[in-house]
Amino acid sequence: MSAIGDQGYLRALPAEPLSPPPARSGMFGWLRVNLFSSPANVALTLLCLLFIALVVLPLVRFFLIDAVWSGTDRDACLASAAQPHPGACWAFVRVWFSYFIYGFYPLGERWRVDLFFLALAFGVVWLSWLSAPRRAIGAVYFFVVLPVLSFVLLHGAPPIGLKIVSTSLWGGVLVTIVVATIGIVVSLPLGILLALGRRSELPVVKLVAVGFIEFVRGVPVITVLFMASVMLPLFVPERLAPDKLVRALIGVALFASAYMAEVVRGGLAAIPRGQYEAARALGLTYWPMMGLVVLPQALRVTLPNIVNTFIGLFKDTTLVFVVGIFDFLRTIEAARADPAWAAPNIAVTGYVFAALFYFACCYGMSRYARSVETRLARAGRQ
Amino acid sequence: MQDRPGNPSVAPPAAEVAVEIAGLHKWYGDFHVLRDINLKVARGERIVICGPSGGGKSTLLRCINRLEDWQRGRIVVDGVELTDDPKRILAVRRDVGMVFQQFNLFPHLTVLENCTLAPIWVRHMPKRDAEALAMNYLARVKIPEQADKYPARLSGGQQQRVAIARALCMNPNIMLFDEPTSALDPEMVKEVLDTMVELANDGITMLVVSHEMGFARQVADRVILMDDGQIVEINGPKNFFDHPQHERTRSFLRQIIH
Repeated sequence: MSAIGDQGYLRALPAEPLSPPPARSGMFGWLRVNLFSSPANVALTLLCLLFIALVVLPLVRFFLIDAVWSGTDRDACLASAAQPHPGACWAFVRVWFSYFIYGFYPLGERWRVDLFFLALAFGVVWLSWLSAPRRAIGAVYFFVVLPVLSFVLLHGAPPIGLKIVSTSLWGGVLVTIVVATIGIVVSLPLGILLALGRRSELPVVKLVAVGFIEFVRGVPVITVLFMASVMLPLFVPERLAPDKLVRALIGVALFASAYMAEVVRGGLAAIPRGQYEAARALGLTYWPMMGLVVLPQALRVTLPNIVNTFIGLFKDTTLVFVVGIFDFLRTIEAARADPAWAAPNIAVTGYVFAALFYFACCYGMSRYARSVETRLARAGRQ
Repeated sequence: MQDRPGNPSVAPPAAEVAVEIAGLHKWYGDFHVLRDINLKVARGERIVICGPSGGGKSTLLRCINRLEDWQRGRIVVDGVELTDDPKRILAVRRDVGMVFQQFNLFPHLTVLENCTLAPIWVRHMPKRDAEALAMNYLARVKIPEQADKYPARLSGGQQQRVAIARALCMNPNIMLFDEPTSALDPEMVKEVLDTMVELANDGITMLVVSHEMGFARQVADRVILMDDGQIVEINGPKNFFDHPQHERTRSFLRQIIH
């Protein structure tokens, strides 16, 4: 180096890449960095291992290793010489499975329900897959074709040979999906309208929106359901009184709308005044300004909260049992009371099955929302 | 720039009036922001409004396309008197473009979509035509290559030029600029001012709230000083800067030109 003197430095030999220091890479390196990097970390790691040994292993044992997978009645799941400590009774779920899905929907007509599930899944995938072709047609399918198709399939249409199936026979996952879907599909647009109404400069519109939102939010969802199911018939002649399920649907949809309105209002409040002014200065009137400039941004900001509300709504559908509707959870309740399956582990099994179903649905929604957020962030749209 | 009116107090002929403001008063609560404003702007005239902050400059500008309302007085824009009638307000807004201090581009739309939004939804122009029009104006503000980007990816100066192109896409007869360079980093001020000078040379009517005195000297037909909600002085740029008449103009100029 001294050959160059005080002019600076010139590299004479290329620096070859070296492999990283051993302790930082590979499995042991990972363990050291992530689990055993400090005394506190070592203690936490050991505590977690203890927790896994004491709690997780027995759960796995109960629900998988010792579980009973087949059988026709309670005898299969009772303790016996062959199995002194029987685990979860999945045989019970297998036997009752179709009841959990369809409720009392007539056996010969259940293909209609399957077709409905298929049509719904098709619409959901079309709309939620953001790069799917022809999403505008997808929206028409979802919001116009699907409701009609679902009604014809599930309720029936005698002229085309589909027997009418009374909603009192509907049950299980079918009811849960119908209530949740209608709640979600109605609450978003209605919630947006209510939120806009609440920020409106027209006093009557504002009064109605605020009154509705505050009233519905101020009472428990069970009260709304009772009101929908008991009070609605008081206002219309008995002959025209809507079906019990329809009443519950209206109750759930209105309740969800009030919450959605507040969520959307939060998003609207996040939009700077300059956006409104720029839109107005360009000559846009109220609805184009809202639809093209304000709402697309507001809904994007508030997407996590919207999905959070959907998830809450999905779980709240279990409350329709209070007005005598057999949703998924209620069918499990009913089945576990069956004397043919009276065994100590039946209730646990049924509830865990229900928990798995609700978790799968809610976690799916949550993951989907995350992926949309990441995608929007990547697009640089903020 | 050569045919400036020699005497600024002479009113232009009625048919040639782009904006007429008469006896305008505005209050925010008890605060009297605009006090007896009278101003006639001729078609094609370039007006620069300056003055200390809080003097009512921006408020006056925002009254002209009715982003603000007022309690007394009248404003006539291109022969349409602004009232509470939404149809008139819309007619005026379609005719008047506005550029804001904070750009106010729509962040969820690309540069091109920002420019085509109003032509498509307000003028009901076919999308293809609107895009051709927008590309034409983006080329004029010298950023056609940014058309497919989102505003957040652009520099402040580029964003403001997009905002100018967006306003021009409505083919306005009058352009309002509300402190268009105040939010920009110093090195970006020039690119925006250059764009505005070009626009001025095309003969569009311009009302500019700005403290860019070089721009005012170069482009303005008349310069207005507003203070305490009043018009203190209206003068041609040469007189305004070299022989200011009013004491407040002199003290204002002393403060901003060292």
